[in-house]
Amino acid sequence: MVNQVIFFYFAVVILASAILTITQRNPIHSVMFMLLLFFHIAGVFVLLNAEFLAAVQLIVYAGAILILYLFVVMLLNVDRESTAARANRFWPWMAGFGVVIAAEVILLIVRGTFPSEAGQQPMRLAGSGVKELGELLYQKYLVPFEVASIILLVGLVGAVMLAKKRASD
Amino acid sequence: MLDMNQLLHYVYTLGIPVAVLLAFILANAVYLQLMERKVLAHMQGRLGPMRTGWHGLLQPIADSVKFLMKEDIIPAKADKWVFSLAPFILLVMAFGSMVIIPYGPPTDFFGLLPKKVPLWVSNLNVGILYVLAFSSVGTYGVIMAGWASNNKYSLMGGFRSAAQMISYEIPMAFSIITVVLMSGSLNLSDIVNAQTDRLFIVALPVGPVAFFLYLMSGIAETNRVPFDLPEAESELVAGYFTEYSGIRFGMFYMAEYMNMIVVSLLASIMFLGGWLPVQILPHTLGHIAPIAFINKLLAAIPPTIWLLGKLYFFIFFYMWLRATLPRYRYDQLMSISWKILLPLSLGTLLVAAGMKQMGWL
Repeated sequence: MVNQVIFFYFAVVILASAILTITQRNPIHSVMFMLLLFFHIAGVFVLLNAEFLAAVQLIVYAGAILILYLFVVMLLNVDRESTAARANRFWPWMAGFGVVIAAEVILLIVRGTFPSEAGQQPMRLAGSGVKELGELLYQKYLVPFEVASIILLVGLVGAVMLAKKRASD
Repeated sequence: MLDMNQLLHYVYTLGIPVAVLLAFILANAVYLQLMERKVLAHMQGRLGPMRTGWHGLLQPIADSVKFLMKEDIIPAKADKWVFSLAPFILLVMAFGSMVIIPYGPPTDFFGLLPKKVPLWVSNLNVGILYVLAFSSVGTYGVIMAGWASNNKYSLMGGFRSAAQMISYEIPMAFSIITVVLMSGSLNLSDIVNAQTDRLFIVALPVGPVAFFLYLMSGIAETNRVPFDLPEAESELVAGYFTEYSGIRFGMFYMAEYMNMIVVSLLASIMFLGGWLPVQILPHTLGHIAPIAFINKLLAAIPPTIWLLGKLYFFIFFYMWLRATLPRYRYDQLMSISWKILLPLSLGTLLVAAGMKQMGWL
């Protein structure tokens, strides 16, 4: 019972802060609502006994949007952002696609069957699950894991190459 | 839904520990400032606060009253919401980290209680990651304060602090991972229990190096001398909290001391064995009579006293540094982190992993 109430609180705040993140005109406030969003998602992970994922959610995402926050503060002109046009002339098309995708998702949820109530099925692991996760990542799924890290590395090298000045300049 | 027994269970495992922890936090928040002023004063051949109470013992109460009574000014051009929220974020994150710290083994207080009660609020299995996560979120408070004040000194302070905290988090995380590798657990109680045979600070060759790395980056994370560039008063007035006044200013002060306590507690738990008593060379000289007697005497001191003793030793060390060292220049600060501490911490981790694999650790 208590868990359901807490889950309901998390769900409401997640939805509300997600909507506020994209509707706020001030980019700084957007980032703050995003921080709130990530915190509550970490809370849902804790409810599902996935403590490790909750901690990683905060370290990776909160740490990552910290950088985003800095970009917002340093690169964007907050005053100009708040008066600029919110969309270009393609917005009816984009809104149409959005409605179609949302309708599909809703249809799938309504017609689908779920093994248990969403968000009510905790992980059943001894301890924190770190050991199990490590064994899966580094033994069973070693190759996909390494491929994923190589893709990240490619992204990093690409960013450095873009930022690098040519010798002729 | 909740019957009486369950309610009592919550009172014993949650209510009382939280109340005691809150009292501990608040007492420290006000009295550490007096301790700092006294320590600095005596190191500089002064007396420090003497007028309010015996040797200034009531000074923190007078200061707190002053903080509460002063006018809380929010600059006209500031972003009001972000400006008022920033000190809370810092303070909540600092308080939150203290929740998972074990202050001693389960105890029945010398037989006073019918059964053993834990001396922590929550014994999280991923305790140490939780502290890392909270300390990284605390940085937001600093940047938010810097940006929302709409003041160039504050903004510079906020940026400096962000760069510093991001840079020093990496060597800090690697030194913590080294400890996790040595103990084989992310749980803080397990890390303490893994040091029963020998404390990690004397686990040669990686222990002392990891301890040094952790201490350096811990001082940088808390923005203390010699890494206090975000609030360098000779360049930036007071850095990110220049525009704050009244109780919000007091909250920044409290958060700084809370962060010092968290870093010191973690240093004691991870490297000095937390609540375990320090012993004189237990394996080699343990049979010689005077040393065995001293060891017995040291072991008789209650565990929590040991932990608090180690904690206040580190706090004193912080203040000692402040009285001794000058401030680094900003580019020096960055090159220390990226060119010295990061390679050193990676090397330590590598050696520790190799030794663990060979079974030497």
